[in-house]
Amino acid sequence: MNFAAPLLLSLKLSSVTTLLLLVLGVPFAYWLVFTRFRWKFLVESVVALPLVLPPTVLGFYLLMVIGANSFIGQWYETIFNKPLAFSFQGLVLGSFLYSLPFAVQPIQTAFSSVDKKLLEASWSLGRSNVYTFFRVILPLSRHGIITGCVLSFAHTLGEFGVILMIGGNVPGITRVASVAIYDEVQSLNYGGANMYAAILLSFSFIILAAVFFINRRFVRTL
Amino acid sequence: MKKIVGYGLLTVFILIFGFSLPVQAGDNILIAAASNLRFAMHEICRDFQEENSSIQTKVSYGSSGNFFAQISQGAPFDIFFSADATYPELLEKEGLTAKETQKVYAVGKIVLWFPKNSKVDPDKWVQAVTSTDVKKLAIANPRHAPYGRAAEESLRYYGLWEKVEGKLIYGENISQTAQFVHTGVADAGIVALSLAISSKMLHEGRYWVIPDESHSDIEQIYVVLKKGEGKKSIRKLLDFIHGERGGNILSRYGFVIPSVRSVGDNRS
Repeated sequence: MNFAAPLLLSLKLSSVTTLLLLVLGVPFAYWLVFTRFRWKFLVESVVALPLVLPPTVLGFYLLMVIGANSFIGQWYETIFNKPLAFSFQGLVLGSFLYSLPFAVQPIQTAFSSVDKKLLEASWSLGRSNVYTFFRVILPLSRHGIITGCVLSFAHTLGEFGVILMIGGNVPGITRVASVAIYDEVQSLNYGGANMYAAILLSFSFIILAAVFFINRRFVRTL
Repeated sequence: MKKIVGYGLLTVFILIFGFSLPVQAGDNILIAAASNLRFAMHEICRDFQEENSSIQTKVSYGSSGNFFAQISQGAPFDIFFSADATYPELLEKEGLTAKETQKVYAVGKIVLWFPKNSKVDPDKWVQAVTSTDVKKLAIANPRHAPYGRAAEESLRYYGLWEKVEGKLIYGENISQTAQFVHTGVADAGIVALSLAISSKMLHEGRYWVIPDESHSDIEQIYVVLKKGEGKKSIRKLLDFIHGERGGNILSRYGFVIPSVRSVGDNRS
C-alpha cells in the first residue's frame, strides 16, 4: 500500500474543506453578526453542535441523509452517476459540517469586535455595505479569519469518526491518514501506524504553534 | 456587487475543483475483503499484479456485516469477499450484485490464540479460558462478524459461553480481535487460523485449532457487485484465485479450498 496516499488525501480533504468553509463561512459569520433575526440563537446552536456531538451521531444522520436509499443520495446518483456516500465528495460534505464551528466562531468573534465607530464613519462617508466590509471589517478581522482557517484545516485533518461512518476505509478514496492509522494497527503493523501518527502529531503541533505565533504578532502590531 | 459575483464564482470553482479531482484510472479493482483475509489477500494481490501489471487492486478490510451495510449504502466496491454466505445472499436479494457470481472460495477455521508469554497450556484450553489466567478473552463481534459468530457457537458447544461471557471483549472485526490479543489487551482470543499463521502472529504466540464440529462451516463466499459487473480484470482476478497460485496462497494460510462449484450448483 502506498504510504503517502492517505496523507495526500488528508491534505486534499482539509484544503478543499477549508477553502469551502472560508468562502461560505465569511458571509455566514457576517450575517450572524449583523442580523436582527430573532431566532439567531437557534442558528448559532446548530452551528456549534459539532463541538459537542459524538462524531458517530453526525456520521449516522449524514449516512441516512446521503446514503444510497435516501432522497438526496438517489438524486445525487442520478445527476452525477455515482453515489455520494463513500466518495470524496461525501467526505467534503461531512467535514464541512464537522468543522463549521471551528471556522465560523473565530470569524464571527473577529467581525463583532470591529469598532462600530469605524463602520459608521465608513457609512457616513457614503460607502456601501460591501465596500465597508471589504475595506474595513475584513482587514481588521485578519487574525480571526486566519485562526478560523487554520483550526478548520487542523480539525478536518484529525477527523475520524465521521469519515469512518460515511466513507468507510476505501483505499485511495476515503482512507485518510487518521483512518490509515486504524487500518495499520489492525494489520498489526505498529511501525506504519506510528509513522502516520507521528506525522499528524507534529503537523498539528506546528499548525497550532503557527496560530499562536501569528496572533501574538498581530496583537503586537495593533 | 462584483465581489459577491466573484465570491459565487470562487465557491463554484472550489466545488468543481474538489469534486473532480479523484479520477480513477481504467483498470482498478476495488475489493471489499473480510478481515480474516488481511494477509492472504495482500499476497494474492501482490502475485496477481506480478502477472497482470496493468491491473491495480485496492483492498479495504473490515467485518463482513459492516461491508454489507456499506455496500447497501452505495459503497463503490467491485467485488466482496465475505467471511460467510449470508451477507452475499442478502446483497443479492437487494439487487446489488451481478447475476450468478456467488462462489465459495475458501473454508475457514478458528483457533484459540495465546500470547507466547502466557503460562496457559493450549492443550488444556477449556480449563485455561475459565481460569483466572485469562481475565479477558477476545472474540469478534458476533453481531456482524462471521468469525465472531463461529466463536460464539463453539463456546456454546463446549458449554463455556456462560462461564466466559463476563470476560469477553469484542473486536469490531476479526483482525481487531487479533490485535487485542497480539497487543496483550486480552489474555486469549478466538481468531481466524489465517491470521494466526501469518508471519505477524506465528511466532508471537501459540494456538489451538478449535474443531470444526463445534461450529457451522465457515464457508466464505465472494460475490461480484453491480459496479464490477462484466469487468475483465475481475474475471482475471477470480481465475487467479481459483488457479494454482491463488489456491496455494489460500491453503498456506490454512484455508480449505472447496472443489470449484458455485452456490447455485450447490443448491440444485
